[in-house]
Amino acid sequence: MDYCYLMTKCAFIYLLFSIPRAHCDYVETKAGQFFSSGHTNNWAVLVCTSRFWFNYRHVANTLSVYRSVKRLGIPDSHIVLMLADDMACNYRNLKPATVFSHKNMELNVYGDDVEVDYRGYEVTVENFLRVLTGRLPPSTPRSKRLLSDDRSNILIYLTGHGGNGFLKFQDSEEISNMELADAFEQMWQKRRYNELLFIIDTCQGASMYERFYSPNLMALASSQVGEDSLSHQPDLAIGVHLMDKYTFYLLKFLEEVHPASQANMNDLFKVCPQSQCVSTPGHRTDLFQRDPGSVLITDFFGSVRKVEITKETINLTSPIEQPIESSASGAVQINSLMYVDQLPVAEIIHQKPKQKDWHPPDGFILGFWTLILLVFFKTYGIKHLKHIF
Amino acid sequence: MAVLQLEKQRGRYAALAIAAVVIVVGIPLWWKTTETYRAWLPFSEISELDSLQLQLSVDIEVVFSRGTLTPEQQTKVPLSNVREQEHVVDAKTGLRYTYETKYRTATIMEEDALNQHTAAEADLSLHMLTESSCGSVVVYVIPDSSTLLPEDVKVYVGQRRTALLRSAPIKSSWSLKEVLSNLDPHVEKVVNTMSFSHQDIIAALSDRVRMAKVTKESMADNMRAIKSSPGYEITFSLLNPDPKSHNLHWEIEGALHDYIQPLLNKLSPIANFSVDSQILYYAVLGVNPRFDNSVSAYTLSADSLSHVINPVEARLGSNAASSNPVLNFLLYVPDALHSPLFIRDHSKREVPSNAFHSPRWGGIMVYNVNEMYGSEAELPVDININMAKVMGVFLAQLRLLLGLQHTHPPPGFVLQSPGSAGLADWELDRLLWSRSVENIATASTTITSLAQLLDQIGNIVINDNIAQQVSSAVTSLQSAVAELEAGNLAFALQYSREAILASERAFFDPSLLHLLYFPDDQKFAIYIPLFLPMCVPIVLSLLKIVSETRQRQADKQAKKD
Repeated sequence: MDYCYLMTKCAFIYLLFSIPRAHCDYVETKAGQFFSSGHTNNWAVLVCTSRFWFNYRHVANTLSVYRSVKRLGIPDSHIVLMLADDMACNYRNLKPATVFSHKNMELNVYGDDVEVDYRGYEVTVENFLRVLTGRLPPSTPRSKRLLSDDRSNILIYLTGHGGNGFLKFQDSEEISNMELADAFEQMWQKRRYNELLFIIDTCQGASMYERFYSPNLMALASSQVGEDSLSHQPDLAIGVHLMDKYTFYLLKFLEEVHPASQANMNDLFKVCPQSQCVSTPGHRTDLFQRDPGSVLITDFFGSVRKVEITKETINLTSPIEQPIESSASGAVQINSLMYVDQLPVAEIIHQKPKQKDWHPPDGFILGFWTLILLVFFKTYGIKHLKHIF
Repeated sequence: MAVLQLEKQRGRYAALAIAAVVIVVGIPLWWKTTETYRAWLPFSEISELDSLQLQLSVDIEVVFSRGTLTPEQQTKVPLSNVREQEHVVDAKTGLRYTYETKYRTATIMEEDALNQHTAAEADLSLHMLTESSCGSVVVYVIPDSSTLLPEDVKVYVGQRRTALLRSAPIKSSWSLKEVLSNLDPHVEKVVNTMSFSHQDIIAALSDRVRMAKVTKESMADNMRAIKSSPGYEITFSLLNPDPKSHNLHWEIEGALHDYIQPLLNKLSPIANFSVDSQILYYAVLGVNPRFDNSVSAYTLSADSLSHVINPVEARLGSNAASSNPVLNFLLYVPDALHSPLFIRDHSKREVPSNAFHSPRWGGIMVYNVNEMYGSEAELPVDININMAKVMGVFLAQLRLLLGLQHTHPPPGFVLQSPGSAGLADWELDRLLWSRSVENIATASTTITSLAQLLDQIGNIVINDNIAQQVSSAVTSLQSAVAELEAGNLAFALQYSREAILASERAFFDPSLLHLLYFPDDQKFAIYIPLFLPMCVPIVLSLLKIVSETRQRQADKQAKKD
C-alpha cells in the first residue's frame, strides 16, 4: 500500500518536472519554424526591358516567371510586373491575347488575370530604380509600389538585351551594374528586404551581379561574361522565337514545384547546364548568409505564410448598441436584395447565341481568282493582259 | 616689315586677351553653371547621431501602507534612490536604464482605498485618487497578513499603472536599509513585468543592430508584430462561400464602435488607424478539409493552414490611395456541406477559439453555424452572427499583431484583465517604450545613411525642402532622446513620431534619385568635343608666343655677346 503510494507520488513529481520541459520544447519548435527563414512576406519584381515584335521571347520569359510565382502563391498585390511592350495585343500577333512559351502553342502564359503594373514606355531605368528604392512621387498608386519591409523576401527577374556590365532598356537607355548595386545598397540601408534573389536572363548576364556588395543577396545569371544567352525555339506560325533557353528550362523546373515542395536552391543552380543551354549559367552566393542548400525555392518563388494558432481570446460581455440610423425624410427606400435575385441568371442563360455570318476562308478567294486568271491567260494567250491591267 | 611686326604684335595681344578672358571669365562661369544646388545639411550633428546612447528613465513610486513598517522605520521614509543599469549593445549603440525609486507612506485616502474588499475595487479607487504619468509605475506594499489578495498571490497588477505587492514579513529590528534591500528584488520583478524589459528594447533596436543576441521567443515576437508605421489600415472581411444556404448578417458597425474603437482610440498616440469592412461571396479556402469520423466534423490541420491565406488574399483588395500596412481579419463561415469545420493544432488538439493568425498579416476565424438551424429549415437561412464572440477573438489577434506581446508573468503574479478598452495602461506603456526606441533607432539610421549617401555622391541635387526635413528630423530626434532621458514617455513618443515622419519624407523624396552614374571616362567623353576645338588654337598660340619670346631673349643674349 505504502509502496503504491510512493510510486504514484514519484510519478506525479516526474510529471510535474516534465511538463515545463514539454512546454519549452513546444516553444522551441514554434520559434524554430520562425527562425528557419526569417521572412513573413514575399514580393516579386519582374521586368522585361525590350520592345518590338522580334523580342517576343523576352515578354514570354517574364510572363512565364509571373505565372509560376502566382501559381505558387504570391498575390498580384505583391508583384510588380513591368513589360516594355505589348505582345499579346500586338497587331502582328496571330493569336491575340495570348503569349505562348512552347512551340505549337502549347502553353499560354498570358492567362486570364494578368496584371501589368508598368507597361510600354513606363518601363524605364528611372522607374525601375524608383520602384526598387521607393522614391516614387506621392501620387503613385499602391499597385505600382514595392511596399516591402525588413521581413520581405524579394525576387527580382530581369530579361532583355544586355552586355558586359549593362542592360538595355527600351532600345534607348541602359542601366549599369554599378547603379544596380547602389540601388540594392539603398534598399539594404532602409531595410527594404530580408533576402533578395536576383535572376537575370540576358547575354553576359553574370556581369550584372559582379558589383553587388550588400548582404543577403543571391544572384543567378543565364550566361557568363563573354557568352551569349540563346533563344530556344521558334514557332513557325507566330514567326518569332518564343522563349530563351535558360528561362524555358527554368519554367520547366518551376512547373514541378508546388507550394509545399522542399526543393532548394542547389536544385535551382543545376537548371539548364551547358549541355542544354549552350551558355554557362552562373550564380553568386557569397553575400548570402544562409547555406543555399537550406533555402527553399518557395522562400522566394512562393508565399508560404507562417501561421500561429490563436490561443487566447478576450471575454467581451457588453451588448452592442445599434448605430443610430440617420436618414433624411425624403430618402429613397433601399430594398435589400437577395444575392441570388440580383442577377437574372435564368434569363441570360436561355438566350440563343447570335448567328455569325459565314465567310469563306481568306486565302481562298484570292487563290481562286488567281487560278481563274492563270487559266484564262494560258488558254487565250498573254496578249490580253494589257486589257486587264 | 614694321607693319608685319605690328600685325604680329596685335596677333599676340589678341591671343593673350582671348586666353585671359577664357581663364578669368570662362572657367568660373562654367564651374558655377555646372554646379549642382546643394542646400546646407547639419552633417556634424548627424554624425553625432550615428552613435546612439539611449537613456531610459522609469519613475517608480513605492508606497508603504499601514502595517508594513514599524514607526521607527517609518521615520526615515520618505527617501529616494536611483539605480542604473548599463548595456553596450554594439560599437555604436549603448543603453542605460535608470530606475528612480521614491519611497513614501500612504496617505489617508489611499489607506481608505486599500481597505476595499477585493483587489479590483482597491485598484479602481486608487486610480480615482491620482493619475500617474505615462511610463511610471506605482507599487503599493500591503502587509503580509492582508486579506486583499488571496493566499498564493504575491502581486496583483491592476488595469492602470499600479500594482499591489504583498510584502514578506518585516522584522521590527531591521533598519530601513535592510527592509528596502529585502523589498527591492520584488519591486524589480514588478517593474520588469509592468515596464520595458531588456529583451523588448533589444528587439526594438533590430533595425540598427541586426545580429543582436535575442532569445528565439523574442525573435518570434519581433517577427509577429507589425513594424512601426505612421498609419495602419485594418480590414474586416466576412467570407461567405455558400450564399444559397446561409444569409449572414453581422452588426459590424456596432461591433467595431463598441469593441475595437476603444482600443484604437487608446492607441492613437502611436499611429493613425483606418478601419473598413467588406463581405466576399463565393470565396473558398484553398485547402480541402478532411472529415474526421471521431468528432463527425471537418478538420483543418495546422500544417495546411499556411496554404489557406494565399488564394483568399488575391481577392481581398486594399485601399489604393494609402501605402500604409494592412491588417486583414477574416471571418469564414463554412458552407453547408463542410460544416462544422474545426481547426486542429500541431498536437491534433481542438482549438477553442477556432482561429489562427499570420505574423504581420492578420487573422482568420472559422465560425460554424450548422447548429443554428435544423435540416428541414428553408434555404437560405437567416443567421445573425454573435459579434461579441467574434470580436473577442479578433481583438486578441489585433493586440498580438500590433505588438502587445503576451507577457509571461513570474509565478505568484496576477494580471487584471484589460477591461473594456482592451488594453491596460501599463501594457500601453510597454508598447510606447518599444515604439519610441524603435522610431528613434529607425530615424537615426535613416538620417545617417541619407547623409552618407549625399556626401558620397557629389552631384545629387539637395533641394531646400529636403534640407528642411533633415534639420527638423535631427531636432526632433535630439528632443526625443532628451525626453526619454527625462522620463517623459508621451513627449518622447511624439517627438520620435515626428522624427520618423520627417526622416522618411527626406529619404524617399523623389528628387534624390541618383540616376546618372558618371564614371570619369564618360565625363571626358562629354567635355572633350565641346572644349577641345576651342582650346587647341588658344593653347597653340600661347605656346607660340612663349617660344617667340624665348627666341627673342636668346637673340638679345646673342646680340649682347
